[in-house]
Amino acid sequence: MATFKIKRFNPEKQPEPYMEDFEYDVPDGATLLDCMNTIKWTMDGSLTYRMSCRSAICGSCAVKANGHAVLACQRQAEHLYDENETIKLEPLGNMKPIKDLVVDFTPFWDKIDKVKPYLETSSKPPEKERTQSPEEFRLIDDTSTCIMCGACYSDCHVLEVDDNFLGPAALAKAQRFVSDSRDEATLERVKNLSEYGGIWDCTHCGECVERCPKPARPFYRIKEIMTVALEKGVHNNDGARHALAFTSSVKHSGRLNENFLPLLSKGIFNIKGLLELVPIGIRMLLKGKIPPIFHKSVEDVDDIKRIFKKLNQ
Amino acid sequence: MKFALFTGCVSKGATRELMASTTKAAEGLGIDFVEMKAAACCGAGVISEQNPMLADALNARTFAIAEKQGLDIVTICSTCQGVLKKSECNIKGDAEYQKKINHLLQEGGHQYDGTTKIKHFSNILASDEGKALLKEKITRPLTGLKAAAFYGCYVLRPSELSEYDDPDNPTEMEDLFELMGATPVYYPSRIKCCGFPIVMMNKKASLEMAGNALVDAVESGADCVVTGCPLCHLNLDSYQPEIEKMISKKYSIPILHLPQLVALSLGYSPKELLMDKHIVSTRIFQKMFPSS
Repeated sequence: MATFKIKRFNPEKQPEPYMEDFEYDVPDGATLLDCMNTIKWTMDGSLTYRMSCRSAICGSCAVKANGHAVLACQRQAEHLYDENETIKLEPLGNMKPIKDLVVDFTPFWDKIDKVKPYLETSSKPPEKERTQSPEEFRLIDDTSTCIMCGACYSDCHVLEVDDNFLGPAALAKAQRFVSDSRDEATLERVKNLSEYGGIWDCTHCGECVERCPKPARPFYRIKEIMTVALEKGVHNNDGARHALAFTSSVKHSGRLNENFLPLLSKGIFNIKGLLELVPIGIRMLLKGKIPPIFHKSVEDVDDIKRIFKKLNQ
Repeated sequence: MKFALFTGCVSKGATRELMASTTKAAEGLGIDFVEMKAAACCGAGVISEQNPMLADALNARTFAIAEKQGLDIVTICSTCQGVLKKSECNIKGDAEYQKKINHLLQEGGHQYDGTTKIKHFSNILASDEGKALLKEKITRPLTGLKAAAFYGCYVLRPSELSEYDDPDNPTEMEDLFELMGATPVYYPSRIKCCGFPIVMMNKKASLEMAGNALVDAVESGADCVVTGCPLCHLNLDSYQPEIEKMISKKYSIPILHLPQLVALSLGYSPKELLMDKHIVSTRIFQKMFPSS
């Protein structure tokens, strides 16, 4: 017998959410959504959640199971049990709950809109359709599989502290158009995406890759946008300066120069940014933690330089 | 046990106490760590932002050096671990790509065949052999110390690259704490991101992430946080005074590198492990475990 601890919330009846337990003898192979449906249909008809296709296509039924976002129709319940055969069900994170397991997706959709999720062209349309080669399509194939379920958005660590961040779903959607051979607004897109709240605010924590129920895996898409932004010369921001300074440091010595990286990331004429570094600099200095002033190269650094040269870096 | 030690850059710079304590831990355990002095920086997932193939080629060169020595690689940084594993996955999963990478390495006399394994020090210690060795060598059980693990994202996610059994609910670090006589503290933030990668780009968000983890650890009753990642250490320790100012709370919780905790249980003194180099006071360790 499994226990489903479900976070209930109905602001029309009581302002605070509460947990309610449901016991259910889960049949072999039942999905989490099957269990939620049985609970709703046979135990408490007021239990509220979103669902539709039951086939991991529509993206409606994402919920948090034992702390992590999952697509309820895609996962077998028994694979989600904790050591006590319990599944704690909660609404997705980083969005406001409306009722029980239903959250308000408005900020999610607003951010998708913000990245202009449509092709932008300025040239004269061709007589027939705008075609793509299989190689060109491959660049946007993974991100095209996104079903907008919100699992990545729910568990994103940055969004927990900064709701200005566009978030993994919108940025993955942005890559769908940044890397689309038919789109003609790439430079403008990567400029906008390099602003505060965009690609450079991602911490690389990999949580979105882990939660994504499809091959879209947003973090990898975010990195692809970074590469395009750097290629297109969109360098006037802390993130791009950080990437360029990091690579340049490794090119020259084979290793990171920790003294220069913060200065170059902020920009050497950025007085306000440089002042931000003063407190940490003083603390490190007082504890003798400043990295060696004379930056030593790794052994055989010429071979490393050779590889950089071969790849035109 | 003998491994090629991939030190990473930060253990030679801003967190020199990590390198010092790794050396002591290895010495105390009788593990032979051969430092990879010709290895390039792993790229920290940053070089690949500019040129993914360059990052993979540099890391393949590192793998090739270890292969030539006939050794597996041990890392002491969660970020190095995750980034090296990603390159390994990119290269080993694509024979054509591996050929191209090897073509780049050829002139330097390197060839990557895909045989060397890459493991974080915590994975070595958490293996049956590692645990048996640690158990045998402990001279000072850390009784009474409540330790909270902070894993670091890159050793856990993406799970397909992780060396941990259950990256969503890892217990390897806590199992090691118990083995050393300490009491593990489980708290939700132990598998969260410390925020360090964006400290230059969005300092407020970065420090808030670190702050949330610190508050969580303290409120769960921890005496200290122990991490396997020097970058997490930088955000949790070096920025702790600024975090405390931001959240208007003073916790002053010491942050240890995993090798420091291990070496402490092997009888080394806090001073030998350069605990006096930390920004947050580690006096509690001098009191609990005075030099013998």
